[in-house]
Amino acid sequence: MNSGIDLEMSFTQGVQNLGLSHELAHLLWIPLPMLLVLVSAVIGVLVTVWLERKISAAAQQRIGPEYAGALGILQPMADGLKLLVKEDIIPARADNVLFTVGPILVLVPVILSWLIVPFGQNLLISNVGIGIFLWIALSSIQPIGLLMSGYSSNNKYSLLGGLRAAAQSISYEIPLALAVLAIVMMSNSLSTVDIVEQQNTAGFLSWNIWRQPVGFIIFWICALAECERLPFDLPEAEEELVAGYQTEYAGMKFALFYLAGYINLVLSALLVSVLYLGGWGFPISIDWFSSLIGLSIDNPLVQIFAASLGIVMTILKAYLLVFLAILLRWTTPRVRIDQLLDLGWKFLLPISLVNLLVTASLKLAFPMTFGG
Amino acid sequence: MNIAYSTELICFLILSAVIVSGSLAVVLLENIVYSAFLLGGVFMAVAGLYLLLNASFVAAAQILVYVGAVNVLILFAIMLVNNREKLKPIEGLKTRKLISGGVCTGLLILLLRVSIITKWNIPGPTSIGEEATERIGEHLFTDYLLPFEVASILLLMAMIGAIVLARREVSIPTDYINDLKTKKSLDDKKIPLLSGNSLK
Repeated sequence: MNSGIDLEMSFTQGVQNLGLSHELAHLLWIPLPMLLVLVSAVIGVLVTVWLERKISAAAQQRIGPEYAGALGILQPMADGLKLLVKEDIIPARADNVLFTVGPILVLVPVILSWLIVPFGQNLLISNVGIGIFLWIALSSIQPIGLLMSGYSSNNKYSLLGGLRAAAQSISYEIPLALAVLAIVMMSNSLSTVDIVEQQNTAGFLSWNIWRQPVGFIIFWICALAECERLPFDLPEAEEELVAGYQTEYAGMKFALFYLAGYINLVLSALLVSVLYLGGWGFPISIDWFSSLIGLSIDNPLVQIFAASLGIVMTILKAYLLVFLAILLRWTTPRVRIDQLLDLGWKFLLPISLVNLLVTASLKLAFPMTFGG
Repeated sequence: MNIAYSTELICFLILSAVIVSGSLAVVLLENIVYSAFLLGGVFMAVAGLYLLLNASFVAAAQILVYVGAVNVLILFAIMLVNNREKLKPIEGLKTRKLISGGVCTGLLILLLRVSIITKWNIPGPTSIGEEATERIGEHLFTDYLLPFEVASILLLMAMIGAIVLARREVSIPTDYINDLKTKKSLDDKKIPLLSGNSLK
């Protein structure tokens, strides 16, 4: 599937025909996919916010937003607009610089992580070799931003919320990384593209979820904890901490936290679908399908069809997981902080270590099915 | 001079400026919280330097370990102790500062001399880029196995030590608690509100 339509090539060719140098054309190309992904991330957040409002309403037998657009679909836009025009308040005795940098440090690593999310064979910003490891490394920057905003707000609730967020994020990062490591061991590569490729040899039967059921559950729990979604939303537990580290924030700075939270949720769902649910893969292999209608796999029509199918599949899988996360949020109670840390350190960590060891031994015993 | 080269040069200059000024600020700033946050910035800039050298795995590991773990722990430690308390003035602070400044300048001069008189092999070996992950793994499990294992034993020892220290703090003897109960106020006794154990 490597040959076929290459947008970058045709774009640089087109710009070069206008009389610019090759390097300049490349420089002009670079921001385009980034912009596209940024826009799609924000749209993904808007959709998720709408879903959250509608599903929570359904879970509580309300109607939810309904006046802004059909079925209230424009409600998230209205929310965003409201936050945009609100006054930006900095508390009198807060630390100005840290108060401003905190939300930025929370948002930027999350957006940077979209670098490695593949929507198709070549449909990602950069197929970096360290792939999934980059995401783990970037997500470890976030707690610093949380600590920063918690500390600089000069508020007990904020500080406690920030400390909780950092503690939670450190303790769930380790089982998360170990679960990813088991996947990496099976696919012999850190690159997200290779991980998906390796899952799409025999339709949905070759998805990693069948070979890594335990890893899938560990990853999902840890991803929810990293996103601070409800069973694990201790950093902002309303009843105890007002709103945790966000207490003193208003206007656009609050919106940055809000955005970071939802972008992170969508990103985690996308990564679960990439790591465990075959990414862009359709349950039935595309090669088989194209041979059925008698077209070569490199045919432009088939390519466009396969690419759009890939994007639709990735997003569909991700949004199924987002739906699950939202349902979990509105139906489960919150865990206590000691239960949270116990679950992370005393349950998930040993289980994920065992999972890693079992995967390694299975890989040695059955190199055919576990990617020798 | 093409675009790629000049971008690299500009990035290098910015990163080194950030590293040098950042680390000076870490040492010289009075506010310890600022120092800790700036330390995180310096670590990130160092990761940027690794990226410039085409060592993306090392860069990611640098961020994961130093920014994500070490710096967060430092911040944790700082935020758990009460930093509003004014430190007692230390005697002879000025002479101490002068002496340590002198030692640091001496070290700087020594390192500068080394870096100037050494005949560097320019350009250095070409980087292996994406292959680096495999190469690092290979080395760790063959010729560097012993240092690797020794390092992990060192870390294990540190961890056990930390656990032992944290445990001792929690087990307050019963007569000590009874002592506290008979006191009129608890203010003059310092009880750790958040001991190491509550954060495990």
